[in-house]
Amino acid sequence: MTSQRTDTSIAERAARSVWVGILRLAAAFGVPIVAFIILFLTFQFLRDSEAPKLVLALVAIVVGVGGVFLLFWAMDFAVSQLSERVQERVRPYVFVGPALVILSVFLVYPAINTTVLSFKDATSTSFVGLDNYKFVFSDPAMLRSIRNTVGWVIIIPLFTVGVGLGFATLVDRLQRGEAVAKSLIFLPMAISFVGASIVWRFVYSFRPEGFGNQIGLLNGVMVSLDKQPVAWLQDQPWNNLLLMVVMVWLQTGFAMVILSAAIKAVPDDILEAARIDGAREFQVFWRVIVPSIMSTIIVVTTTMVINAMKIFDIIWVMTNGQNGTEVIAERMLRWFFKFNDNGKGAAIAVVLFVAVIPIMVLNVRRFQAEEAIR
Amino acid sequence: MTTTTARIESRGLFKRLFQRTPSKLAIIIITLLWLIPTLGLLISSFRNPNLVKTSGWWTVLPHLFDKAEWTLANYRDVLSSQGFGNSFLNSLAVSIPATVIPITVAAFAAYAFAWMDFKGRQWLFVAVVGLMVVPLQMALIPILSLYSRGGHFMGITIFPDLKLNGTYMAVWLAHTGFGLPLAVYLLRNYIGSLPSSTIESAKIDGANHFTIFWRLIIPLSVPALASFTIFQFLWVWNDFLVALVFLGGTQEVRVITQALAELNGTRGEAWHLLTSGAFITMVLPLAVFFSLQRYFVRGLTAGSVKG
Repeated sequence: MTSQRTDTSIAERAARSVWVGILRLAAAFGVPIVAFIILFLTFQFLRDSEAPKLVLALVAIVVGVGGVFLLFWAMDFAVSQLSERVQERVRPYVFVGPALVILSVFLVYPAINTTVLSFKDATSTSFVGLDNYKFVFSDPAMLRSIRNTVGWVIIIPLFTVGVGLGFATLVDRLQRGEAVAKSLIFLPMAISFVGASIVWRFVYSFRPEGFGNQIGLLNGVMVSLDKQPVAWLQDQPWNNLLLMVVMVWLQTGFAMVILSAAIKAVPDDILEAARIDGAREFQVFWRVIVPSIMSTIIVVTTTMVINAMKIFDIIWVMTNGQNGTEVIAERMLRWFFKFNDNGKGAAIAVVLFVAVIPIMVLNVRRFQAEEAIR
Repeated sequence: MTTTTARIESRGLFKRLFQRTPSKLAIIIITLLWLIPTLGLLISSFRNPNLVKTSGWWTVLPHLFDKAEWTLANYRDVLSSQGFGNSFLNSLAVSIPATVIPITVAAFAAYAFAWMDFKGRQWLFVAVVGLMVVPLQMALIPILSLYSRGGHFMGITIFPDLKLNGTYMAVWLAHTGFGLPLAVYLLRNYIGSLPSSTIESAKIDGANHFTIFWRLIIPLSVPALASFTIFQFLWVWNDFLVALVFLGGTQEVRVITQALAELNGTRGEAWHLLTSGAFITMVLPLAVFFSLQRYFVRGLTAGSVKG
């Protein structure tokens, strides 16, 4: 009698747990699906609605910001319905999944596309083997651009990180005025590219003698010193350095802000301990601050190296690649969009892409080493 | 804390001045060097258009208070030009989600890359960061055709045609794609350097990854998140190309940088408009910078670990 009752209760419990399982599964799929439907409806509203601009803009902001949180929450909710062992396996992919999907569509797919194009001719109709790559390593302008890019890759990180780190450290000790000083270095980053190109025209501009007043600051200085005005941006090879000055001016703010955040994260007690032990400020900098923010320094340097490899807009606007100022990315865009040769443009892009792989491998090694310690 | 204060006070006033002056001098020199080019832009934006083209901007310095030198007309011209308020709204509707989406997506991914165990973690991370070099210009055309025709492979639709072109969503997603590699890289570096003891103890207390991420990692990463927010916002706000390609150039949808470029295009070499326009577009990014600046607080990590 008793055993029979337990049997039925076991059966009941089993039936109930099946129901709970089904409900959980329904929730696991249902919540994300509902989230997607909500997002899709608002997306359609934004696309087709005739509502006033202000309303549309507000709805867009709310949907864009809220949507991304909703998606992550819904996916995590779905995963939480699974059994605990499965959860641990699936959750990492919920976290990295959206990033990987977006990257595949927006960067991996175009990169593959480009690689295929690099083996085809100008109009991408027939395959030409390695011809485009032979061009990359034999054309005189290409070789000059490779030489110049190497220069950019050395100089830009050196100065942006050097000045940024020094400035962030110095300013960190100011009792007041830190925010103002930092924002003045940061200021160039807030100027749109059109603005920046004008700013530097007011510095480098050149008019031959007898063709009106100089409106470029450098030549204004030359004239006031009773010297001949100089055509700064035509003066090889120094014009390359002058273009790099613009990049340093623009990007030091980036390095400075990131490094400054890292310096702030160095615990106060460590710095105090070092000072109490009699370390001078210079020693505190080299022995305490620099080692504790080393990983950030490397990250910022790597970012700057990559930015320098990709640089083209400064050259494009200021010298148009004339007078020996070619760089690799500028060549790539020129072949793609000006000479309409997809094959050569793509081959140059692939060379640029391959050149960065060693840097990334070094970075991962370092991350792995760090993880081994922690 | 009290010991340090006492030590500083015990040093002589003369010595303190002597030690402080060189570093202050260095700060002032660097700041001035950085400021001079922008100063030229600022002064030019308030000068008479003809004067800008015929004399150097520094020539106003001796007679700063001469009214004939200055004018507000440039700013009036820019602000009263057609559809400027409209493009300001468009810029906001593009920039705010295009800043929040990549940072959220990147923060989740960065946490997974730093603290979760899964197959292919290291190599996926290399791939993500390696994508930093894919030049944006390279990706525009393939994505544009994905947006307008969908993606098809051997007759199978992989990417449906969503009529995304000309929508805010198209621009948000594009900016997210282009901004993600750097965001993941920077945030993974920061999140990975947080003390593992904090995360381990949260795990022992029974918190799952989602809770750890929201309750622990996000608050601890505020300085890194704040600095990246500033940059992503700046890039998107000042972007011209991505908006032009995916949103189009009609007056209804164009963003503020397009409105400015238009002004330049229709009015020839209108340096006076570009200079004043450049300053107007700078106001919001600088406001963002100032308001996020206070999150770069010393000892944030140390404090919360103790608490």
